[in-house]
Amino acid sequence: MAFKEISNIAIQGIAACVPEHREDNKALSIFHNIEESRKFIESTGVEYRHIVKDSGFCTSDLCYEAAKRLLDELCWSPDEIDCLIFVSQTPDYILPATSCIIQNRLNITTNCYSMDISLGCSGWVYGLSVIASLLDGSTMCKGLLLAGDTTSVTKSPKDKSTYPLFGDAGTATAVEFKVGLKPMMFNFGTDGGGFEAIIIPDGGFRNVVSPESFLEEIIEPGIIRNRLQSIMNGPAVFTFGISKAPRSVNALLDNYKLDKESIDYYFFHQANLFMNEKIRIKLGIEAKKVPYSHREFGNTSSASIPLTMVTQVGSKLANKKLLACAFGVGLSWASVVVDTESIVCPDLIKI
Amino acid sequence: MEEKFILDFKETLEIQNQEISGETRFRDLENWDSLSFLSILAMIDEEYNVIIEGNDFQKLVTINDLISEIKKKQV
Repeated sequence: MAFKEISNIAIQGIAACVPEHREDNKALSIFHNIEESRKFIESTGVEYRHIVKDSGFCTSDLCYEAAKRLLDELCWSPDEIDCLIFVSQTPDYILPATSCIIQNRLNITTNCYSMDISLGCSGWVYGLSVIASLLDGSTMCKGLLLAGDTTSVTKSPKDKSTYPLFGDAGTATAVEFKVGLKPMMFNFGTDGGGFEAIIIPDGGFRNVVSPESFLEEIIEPGIIRNRLQSIMNGPAVFTFGISKAPRSVNALLDNYKLDKESIDYYFFHQANLFMNEKIRIKLGIEAKKVPYSHREFGNTSSASIPLTMVTQVGSKLANKKLLACAFGVGLSWASVVVDTESIVCPDLIKI
Repeated sequence: MEEKFILDFKETLEIQNQEISGETRFRDLENWDSLSFLSILAMIDEEYNVIIEGNDFQKLVTINDLISEIKKKQV
């Protein structure tokens, strides 16, 4: 079993940024009629999505805005940042790593550890484990964890099984080495047996881009896409989510002998309302402890947990025991318990 | 178990006016859609503590197929 305890690391602040442009699922033409869109919104909970409008606008642009605001509000100078981790599956380029570009753009010192991590929905928790591990027991003191995706760009607008579910967002989490804090406690899991459940088949190096990659395929009525756009096997992801997420939460609580009641807030990856409610009810957690942000933002991949923290809880995140459980593409999942002290949480940024 | 399963099935999909039996081909039901599919998977998980993977589910046709799949996985 993969558990890890990391001491002496504080989350000092969290900021999130979404594109100003908002799409209304009620107005989408892929749904046959208003009744179909109403049913979709009722079950998935996704009414609106903030998505990028112009091509060439990247996740790093959203993360940059979130990071800049967060540094300002924390009164941290870019010179003090020792470590920058960028978690995303929508990088600026195939190479170089986007974290290097952001280091320069934020004027962060060149004496900085920078790295990209390619994970989706589970990414914020994995990223937190990496940056916390790096800061504990090193000369590095302050770190920025940037997590987000512009997954709307990877979805076919003619695919009703994916397009209306996903929104775009970028987030920044500021972490700092600080002696004497309660440890963060993690649980991790991976099942690459399900790698095809959420996949963009072409454009990597297994299937390089070819003229065939651009051909639209009619999978079934209402599901038309090409091989550079993402596929989601909804039922496979659903059975995965409702089994692994509760198991990971229970394993974490059991392993560290934590009482379910002692957790003030549970933040789940915002897959969709239907799946998230199944998970919550399976775990027997009261609804008021489980904030959701699907309605306004949809599923925003690795940004969904910090985005939910910022938009639904904000300054009340301070002095709490939080549990975050993230699961998705990979298939990959992770959970963490964090005790917060004071935490800077600027209002949501829209650009 | 067949009787209980049919009740659970009807309740999950809020079926009132259609006759459901072991031989019913559930995909032919009126209003069967992707959400019905997920609701049934979730109900089977909750009530029978069995997770039927999406790919296995595709091979099942009738209510009796669902029941035997559950029994197979409960062993």
